[in-house]
Amino acid sequence: MDVTFSLGLQDISAIMPELAMISVGLLLLMLDLVVKRKEIIAIIGVAGALVALYGTVSVYGMSESQTVFADMFLLDKYSCFFKIIFYLNVIFTICISFKYMAIEKAAFGEYYALLLFATAGMMIMASAADLMILYLGLELMALSTYILAGLLRKQARSNEAAVKYFFLGAFSSAFLLYGIALTYGMTGTTNITDIATSLFTLGIHDSPVMYLGVIFMIVAFGFKVALVPFHMWAPDVYEGAPTSITAFMSVGPKAAGFAVLGRVLFEAFGSMQPQWSAVLVPLAILTMVVGSVIALAQSNIKRMLAYSSIAHAGYMLLGIIAGTPEGLTSTINYLMIYTFMNIGAFTIVIMLRREGFQGENIEDYMGLAKSHPMASALMLIFMFSLTGIPPTAGFIGKFYVFMEAINAGYTYLAIIAALFSVVSAFFYLRIVVYMYMKEPQNEIVLTTSGPAGIVLAITCLAVLIIGIFPSILLSLANFSILG
Amino acid sequence: MEDVIYNNLNYPIITWTVFLPVLGAIIVLLLRSATAIRWTSLIVTGLTFIISLPLLTGFDKTTHKMQFVEWHQWIPSWGINYFVGIDGISILFILLTTLLSILSVLVSWKAIANKAKEFHISILIMEAGMLGVFVSLDFFLFYIFWEAMLIPMFLLIGVWGGENRVYAAVKFFLYTLIGSVLMLVGIVVLYFTGGETLNILALSSEQYSLNLQFWLFLAFFAAFAVKVPMFPFHTWLPDAHTEAPTAGSVILAGVLLKMGAYGFLRFSMPMFPDATMMFLKPIMILSVIAIIYGALVCLAQKDLKRLIAYSSVSHMGFVTLGIFALNTQGVEGGILQMLNHGIITGALFLMIGIIYERTHTRKIADYGGFAGLVPWYAGFFIVLTFASIGLPGMNGFIGEFLIIFGAFRAKMVYGVLAATGIILGAGYMLWLYQRVFFEKADTERWATGDHKVWDLDMREIITLVPLIILIFWVGFYPEVFLSYMHTSVAHLLENINQTNYAGGDHLLTRLITGIF
Repeated sequence: MDVTFSLGLQDISAIMPELAMISVGLLLLMLDLVVKRKEIIAIIGVAGALVALYGTVSVYGMSESQTVFADMFLLDKYSCFFKIIFYLNVIFTICISFKYMAIEKAAFGEYYALLLFATAGMMIMASAADLMILYLGLELMALSTYILAGLLRKQARSNEAAVKYFFLGAFSSAFLLYGIALTYGMTGTTNITDIATSLFTLGIHDSPVMYLGVIFMIVAFGFKVALVPFHMWAPDVYEGAPTSITAFMSVGPKAAGFAVLGRVLFEAFGSMQPQWSAVLVPLAILTMVVGSVIALAQSNIKRMLAYSSIAHAGYMLLGIIAGTPEGLTSTINYLMIYTFMNIGAFTIVIMLRREGFQGENIEDYMGLAKSHPMASALMLIFMFSLTGIPPTAGFIGKFYVFMEAINAGYTYLAIIAALFSVVSAFFYLRIVVYMYMKEPQNEIVLTTSGPAGIVLAITCLAVLIIGIFPSILLSLANFSILG
Repeated sequence: MEDVIYNNLNYPIITWTVFLPVLGAIIVLLLRSATAIRWTSLIVTGLTFIISLPLLTGFDKTTHKMQFVEWHQWIPSWGINYFVGIDGISILFILLTTLLSILSVLVSWKAIANKAKEFHISILIMEAGMLGVFVSLDFFLFYIFWEAMLIPMFLLIGVWGGENRVYAAVKFFLYTLIGSVLMLVGIVVLYFTGGETLNILALSSEQYSLNLQFWLFLAFFAAFAVKVPMFPFHTWLPDAHTEAPTAGSVILAGVLLKMGAYGFLRFSMPMFPDATMMFLKPIMILSVIAIIYGALVCLAQKDLKRLIAYSSVSHMGFVTLGIFALNTQGVEGGILQMLNHGIITGALFLMIGIIYERTHTRKIADYGGFAGLVPWYAGFFIVLTFASIGLPGMNGFIGEFLIIFGAFRAKMVYGVLAATGIILGAGYMLWLYQRVFFEKADTERWATGDHKVWDLDMREIITLVPLIILIFWVGFYPEVFLSYMHTSVAHLLENINQTNYAGGDHLLTRLITGIF
């Protein structure tokens, strides 16, 4: 292969958002030494993310995608859609962290820098046109989140979360590398489009080695999006990590995992669709079943939401299994909706935390509606949205993936998914029951803050507006479709 | 575009009717004082009723086509539209809903002191949801209303209900949800077989293969049979009805239960006529079981409200029996009986709520001799009792008569068995009346001191009188109401009777071979 390569202006401009993220992150690290008020650092972090958001939005309408850095990095609508999710995720997370990290006595400036680095990693994953770049982004994201999960260093469970996440994460990285190596061995390239061409020209999409390569990659990505049986880390890490980071992790890495899953399976291994769909079907069923059933038994809300996020990964997988461009659209549509409803729910969870009170038990929600009708009403909307009851956005997400699964002939999968969303209704309803139908046990004081209020307003409005006028999001998702 | 009659009024009447309560809910959200909230809800429900009246007066009875139709693009990428309209089957339910909503606000005037704001928001959203279900002509829209109703009803039962309210609310929610999600899968399958549309009229005019009809009928049956509720899917009903606050019971009995039967009429029968024929026998048998079983269980009840709840199982058995008799008398009787049941049982739940506010007990054994204590109340109650039994001159008689007539025409044995249900019905209602109003009064408990019961006040009489008027109106001159349905029902039956289903299919074999 010809490796003459010169750095052009076009290359730089294509990665402007990523550069902005990383340079603001570095800036925050230095500012942390001189700035005492951590709020300022947080605000600069949000500003950095907004600049990157502007950069992405301004190229969103481009007519065709561009590959830069010698076909290593791809700027297309698909990656832009995911980047929007990542920006929303990091901005929301920073907004709900202000007070929370102070209460946890962990208001480090590095925290915000790491959030930006992790987001930059996700963005690189979404834009990767080469498996090596993909791996690079994945590690940048993973290493940052390992540290973030263990940020509460005086708490044993936070340390446990970090260590567990690190070891299992390293293990899954090994799987990914193994998968890449096998693919490279068979096709002689790590470039995603070249792999597709080689599969075709060499006629090796039936070779067992390729199977193995694909399966290894599915395992690695399945770990990031928490598919059963690669989900073991999720409940402990979600519970142990600072709640703001739990919110961050439940959306960001999951979306990034789906971004690369979609990119690799559809673009590189598109010709092997029947094979990988067959691998994903049992994973999806297991994920939905285990996620919804085990969530029933949880008494800690962070753990419950962890299992709920596992179950949601199962629903999202239906779109990928369908194997059609529309199927993938339904998955990315679901991810955007999930971002809003899940972060909304976590914002309420974070508000219950105050000095000397964890507020993580489901019992802590008893009688919340009496003292805080507004917060309860919002939580009610998020819970019904997570269940998938119209007219909330959660219903639109589920309807779309069911539709695409049925269209691709997986009616039985849709029936299983529908039935397990009834099971999941049970544990989401329990929160509503505790808030509205039980008497308060002890006085509940919510830790409110302006930024968190803004997050709640945005997420709640998004959940309702998308639920009633889904066209807005659907056309964006359709526009961002691969290929 | 389909053959429909567009709304020719100068304002979108259906949209106003459906969404005025939503607007009201938003206003209530901003109010602080409980009195203001009550009055606003009353005015909003009253206005909704008034706005819905032109539907009745401007209705063209000579056509089966959808009327007052509105059509707007909604989700173009899925081919889904905001498409609403009414015909002779749905029109009366709309009026029933708008009327009962006013009464539910009135009856809760004093009963709901706790969280009044949330309560009235729930009632108003509920009204919008119920109206939406009856006017939707697009499946997606229909499903949104159908499911969105669950949230306020869940809260109504769970927050303001009786002792076992949480259990009853969760049971209600999960039962209904299971049925609904299966229907959702059915809807999506229909979407792809019917040419990527969810337009109900277009889907109704398609022909589907027998096998597909079988499975889709089952999927829809799951949702509708739970909602009716048909025996043996009825177990959520006694709990939900008993634990719900009075307004909740009135809405449940008055409108919610009608949606299942409405679903059969609107979707299952016109879309899957062959499958309807296939399932005819089991459904008729289940209906007869519901009639007799429901009545027998009533005889054993010790709780006033639970007795009326179980009587709903029996009455709804009549409704499904009539509808699936598939002849004019049966179907018209079924629809009329749905209205009647809404009026009578709605009024009975109002009565129970009224007396419960005074005595704080629902145990029949605690009552006795109330005819002397509260004569006006006793007078209203006896009217309702007779109406429920089906005494000639009142609405219950017309409905049950038509249904039994239809059942006899379909097959004699169903008619005979259903008629025994009427006798049992007279048994449990009259026995109830005797135990509550006659016998010796516990005067020490009820006539003096803290628990002294007082007779109906003006607000309560105003709440009840419209229903009493309707009872006699339907009883003496049912044609006013039946005339709305004639053409629509005739059209429906014509469609179904065109089926060329030969019979001889065995349901179980089809089920088993389909799965494996």
